[in-house]
Amino acid sequence: MDIMLFSLPIVVLLPFFGAIVVALASIANRIYAAWSAIGITVLSIACLSPLAARVFDGETIIQSWAWIERAGLFFAFRLDGLSMFFALLILGIGFLVILYGRYYLSSKDHMGRFFAYILMFMGSMLGVVLSENVILLVIFWELTSLTSFLLISFWQHKNEAREGARMSLGVTAAGGLALLGGVLILGHIVGSYELSEILKSGDIVREHPLYLTTLILILIGAFAKSAQFPFHFWLPHAMAAPTPVSAYLHSATMVKAGIFLLARLFPVLSGTQEWLWIVGGIGMTTLLIGAYTAMFKTDLKGLLAYSTVSHLGLITALLGFGSKLAVVAALFHIMNHAAFKAALFMIAGAVDHETGTRDTRKLGGLIKYMPITAILAFITSAAMAGVPMLNGFLSKEMFLTESLAVSEGLLWASIVPILATIGSILAVAYSIKFVKEVFLGEASKDIPKIPHETPYGMLVPIGIFATICIAVGLFPAFMVGDLLGIVVASSLQATLPKYELALWHGVNLPLMMSMTALIVGAVVYASRTRLYRLHQRYIESINAKQYYDMLIDELFALSIYISRKFDKGSLQHASVWVIVSSIALGTIGFCMIEAPLIGDRSMLDLDLVTLLMGVGLIFVSLIMIVIHRQRIVSLVVVGFVGLAISLGFVKFSAPDLALTQLSVEIVTIILLLLALYFIPKNTPIEHNKKRIYRDIFISLLSGAGITAFTMAILTRDFSSISNFFLEQSVPGGGGTNVVNVILVDFRGFDTLGEISVLAIAGLGIFAMLKGMRLPEYTKNCSGLSWSDDPHPMIMSTLSRVLFPLMLMFAVFIFMRGHNLPGGGFIAGLIASIAITVQYLANGISWTQARLKANMHMMIGFGLLIATLAGIGSMFVGYPFLTSTVGHFDLPIVGNIHVASAIAFDLGVFLVVVGVTLMILVGIGKLGAVAESKSLDNKEIEEGA
Amino acid sequence: MLETVLHIAFLIVSVAMFLSFYRLIIGPDAIDRVLALDTLYINSIAILILYGIYETSSLYFEVALLISIMGFVGTIALSKFLLRGDIIE
Repeated sequence: MDIMLFSLPIVVLLPFFGAIVVALASIANRIYAAWSAIGITVLSIACLSPLAARVFDGETIIQSWAWIERAGLFFAFRLDGLSMFFALLILGIGFLVILYGRYYLSSKDHMGRFFAYILMFMGSMLGVVLSENVILLVIFWELTSLTSFLLISFWQHKNEAREGARMSLGVTAAGGLALLGGVLILGHIVGSYELSEILKSGDIVREHPLYLTTLILILIGAFAKSAQFPFHFWLPHAMAAPTPVSAYLHSATMVKAGIFLLARLFPVLSGTQEWLWIVGGIGMTTLLIGAYTAMFKTDLKGLLAYSTVSHLGLITALLGFGSKLAVVAALFHIMNHAAFKAALFMIAGAVDHETGTRDTRKLGGLIKYMPITAILAFITSAAMAGVPMLNGFLSKEMFLTESLAVSEGLLWASIVPILATIGSILAVAYSIKFVKEVFLGEASKDIPKIPHETPYGMLVPIGIFATICIAVGLFPAFMVGDLLGIVVASSLQATLPKYELALWHGVNLPLMMSMTALIVGAVVYASRTRLYRLHQRYIESINAKQYYDMLIDELFALSIYISRKFDKGSLQHASVWVIVSSIALGTIGFCMIEAPLIGDRSMLDLDLVTLLMGVGLIFVSLIMIVIHRQRIVSLVVVGFVGLAISLGFVKFSAPDLALTQLSVEIVTIILLLLALYFIPKNTPIEHNKKRIYRDIFISLLSGAGITAFTMAILTRDFSSISNFFLEQSVPGGGGTNVVNVILVDFRGFDTLGEISVLAIAGLGIFAMLKGMRLPEYTKNCSGLSWSDDPHPMIMSTLSRVLFPLMLMFAVFIFMRGHNLPGGGFIAGLIASIAITVQYLANGISWTQARLKANMHMMIGFGLLIATLAGIGSMFVGYPFLTSTVGHFDLPIVGNIHVASAIAFDLGVFLVVVGVTLMILVGIGKLGAVAESKSLDNKEIEEGA
Repeated sequence: MLETVLHIAFLIVSVAMFLSFYRLIIGPDAIDRVLALDTLYINSIAILILYGIYETSSLYFEVALLISIMGFVGTIALSKFLLRGDIIE
C-alpha cells in the first residue's frame, strides 16, 4: 500500500491522535507535552510536503472514500494551491505558536490540556481547508467552533474567559448552522457535495432561483466565523483566551476560515450584483468599524482584536469587489496579515508576561527594558500600518488600487477609495498608538512586575515573523510569487490575471493615497485627546455585546415561559400533555385510514393460567389505586406486578425478557427505596375534585386507546422483519440467541448509542448529586424510631458467602449470551446487584475499602472497549461492528464459543455495572452526608 | 404417573401463591406484605421448575436460578428500609 494514497486524511487526523499522545506525555512531564506537540506538527508537515511539488505543478490531488454514500457524504480530501497554502499557514504558525506557548504558560497552567486542545483545533482547521466534500467541511467547521470554545475557556476560573467562550460558541455555532443549510442547498442545486463538481457549476448556481438564499446562508456562516459586522463583537471578548490562542485562532487561522470559504466558493458564488453589494458592503463596514474602535482601545489585545476585525473586513471587501486582481490582493493580504498580526499578538503576550498588564494607560517606555521586543514591535506594527518596504504596504497598495478600479465609471462608487483611505488612516493611527504607548514615552508606572527582556523561546517565533515581514516587503516576487500564483489559480479555478509583485510601481494614485494615510494617520494620533473625548461622549455606549446579551436573555425567558405554560414544573402536568396529545394523534391517525379496528385473524383459546394472570394483574392495579398514598406498600405491590410480568414472559416463551425484567425489578426496588428515604412516605391527599375527575377520564380514555391499539395489531396477520433476523442470526451473526445477536451485531450501532446515552445519564446524575444536602427522617413509616444495628450479622455473613456465587452466575449469563438467553446487559445488572448487596449488608465504607474500582474509569473503559471492538471489525474488512466467530478448547471448561461480539458485550457489561453502581451508591451516599450533618446539628445543640 | 404428580404439585403451589397474594393485599402491616412478596418469589421458583419439568426444557431453570439468587435482594432491601430507613449507609 502506498502511503501517499491516504496522506491527506493522515495530515488531518494526526493532530487528533496527537492530542491523546500529548495528554499522556504531560502525565510524565509537563514540558514533554510541548515537545510532543511540536513533534506531531512536524510530522504533519512532513506528510504534507511530498505532495507540495505536485501542487506547484498545478495538480489537484483528491483522496476520497465513501462514508454515507446515499447522503452524499464522502470522506474526501482535496489538496490544491489554496488548501495547501492554508494548511501550511495552519501548520507553520501552529508550530511557532506551540514553541511560544511552551515559554508563555506559567507553571500553574496545565500544559498537556492546553497543547492537546491546540492540536485538536489544528486538526479541525486542517479538516476545514482540506475537505473535498462540503458536508465534511461543515463537520470540521463545527469542530473548530468546539475546540476554540475549549481554548478560549482554558482559564476556566476566570469569569470573562467562560463568558467569552460561550459567546464565541454561540455566534460561530449559529453561523455553522446557517452554513450547513447553505451547503445543503448548494449541493441540492449542483447535485453533488464534492467541491470539484461544485466549482465547475458556477453558472448553474448563479442562475438558480435559490441562489440568493444559498448565498446569504453561506455568508452568515462565513461572516460569523470571520467576525464580520454585525457578528464582529465576539472576537474582542474571545481575547480572554491565553495569548498563544489569540495569536493562533483569532488572528492567523480560525477567523480566516470564513474568508477561506469565500475564496474557495468564489468561482461559484461571485460575479453577481448581490455578491458585490453584500460582501463588498459588509467588508467595507467591518473595515471601518474595526479600525475606528481599535484606536480607542486601551487593552493591547483589544486593540489587536479590533485591528484584526478591520483587516478581515479589508480582505472580505477585496473578495467582494469580485475582480481577479482583487482576489490576488485578498490572498496576498491573508499571508501578510497572518505574519504581522501573529507577531503582534505574541508581542502583546510578551509584554503581559513581563509586566503583568496589557493596559496602555499604565505601560510606557518599555524599550529600555525590552529593546529586542521593541524593535520587533516597530517592524511588525509598521507592517500593519502599511509602511513601505514591509509586506503590509504591498497588499494595502493593491487594496487601494482595487478600490479605485471598482469606482471606475460610477459616480457613487467613488466613495469606496475615500473610505479605503480613511480605513488606512485609522490603521496608521492605531499602529502608532501600539508602539508609542507601550515602548516609547514615559516609563511605566504602577505595573505589577519589573520587566525584563522576553525569554528567547518567545522571541524566536516573533523574530521569524518579523523577518518574513521584511523579506516579503523587499522581495515579494522572489519570496511568495510562485505560491501566490498557485493559490490564486486554485481559488479562481481559472487562468491567472496579469499582475506584478514589486515594491515600486512608480508614482501613482494608490501611492499618493498610502502616503496621505501615513501622514494623516500620524496627525490623527497626535490629536487623539480630542477624538477620545468625542468618542466617549457619543459612541462608547453603543455596544454590540449588550444586544447579544439581551437577545440571549429574551430567548431564555421565552423558553422558560413556554415550559412553564406546559408542564408547570410538575410531572403530572407533563404527563397529561404527553398522554392527551398521543390520544389525540392516535385518534386522528386512525380516522385518516379506512380499516376496521379489529382484524380478521382468529383469536387463540383462553387458558386458565392466562386468565388468572390477567385477572390478577387487573385486580392488583385496582388495589394500587386504593393504596397508592402509602408509598412503601405500593412499592411492594409493584414488586409483585414485576414478578407476575416476568412469569408471563416465561409463559410466552421469552426467557430473555424474563431475566431482564427480574433484574431490572430488583434494581428498581433498591433505587426507589433509596429515594423514598428522603421524601415523604405518604402522598398528600388531592383535594381538587375537578382535577381528579379530569385525570380519571384521561386515564380511562388512554387505557381504552391502548387496548384498541393492541387489539388492532394482534388480530392481524403481519410479517415483520423478525423473520429476517431469525434466518440470519446464525449465518450472519454467528449466534443462536437472536435477541443478543441483534443487540451486538445487526443493531450494534444502536446499542453503542444506547450505552453512550446511559453513560452520559449516569454522569449527569453523578454531577447533580454531587454536593447535594437533603434533610433526613428520624422515624419510619409506622412511626417507630430506627433500629440501632445498621448491619445485622446474619445478613452480612450470608451476603458475603453469596457474593462469589452471584458473580459466577453473572459470568455464566455473560458467556453464553450469544447463543442462549443472557448477554452483557443482564450480566451487568446481575453483577451490579451482587455488588449492591454488599453495600446493603456491609455498608459503604466496608465495601469501598475492598472494592477499589473507580466507576468513572469502568464506564469509560466500557465505552472504549465497545467502540474498539466495533472498529476492530473494520480493520479486517467488515463494516463497523460486524462480528466473527471462533471456537476455543479450554482445559476443564471445554469448548467455548467466542464471537468477536463478546468484546462489544463486555463493553456493555462494564457500562451497565458502572452506571448502576454509580447511581445507587451515589444516592446511598446522600444518606451518609445527611446523617453526619444531622449528627453535627445535635452536637451543636448539645454544646450550646 | 409424573403427569399426575405434576398436576397435584401445580395445584398446591398455586394455592400457596394465592394465599401469599391474599396476604400481600390484606397486609395489615408493611412487614406482612414484604414477607408475602418474598414467599411469592419462592413460589415462583417452584412453579418455574415444575413448568420446566412439564415442558422438558431446561430454559426455565435459569430464570428460577436468577430468582433464587436475587429474589431475596428485594426483600432485604425492603426490610432494611423498614428497620433503618437508609438502605445503603
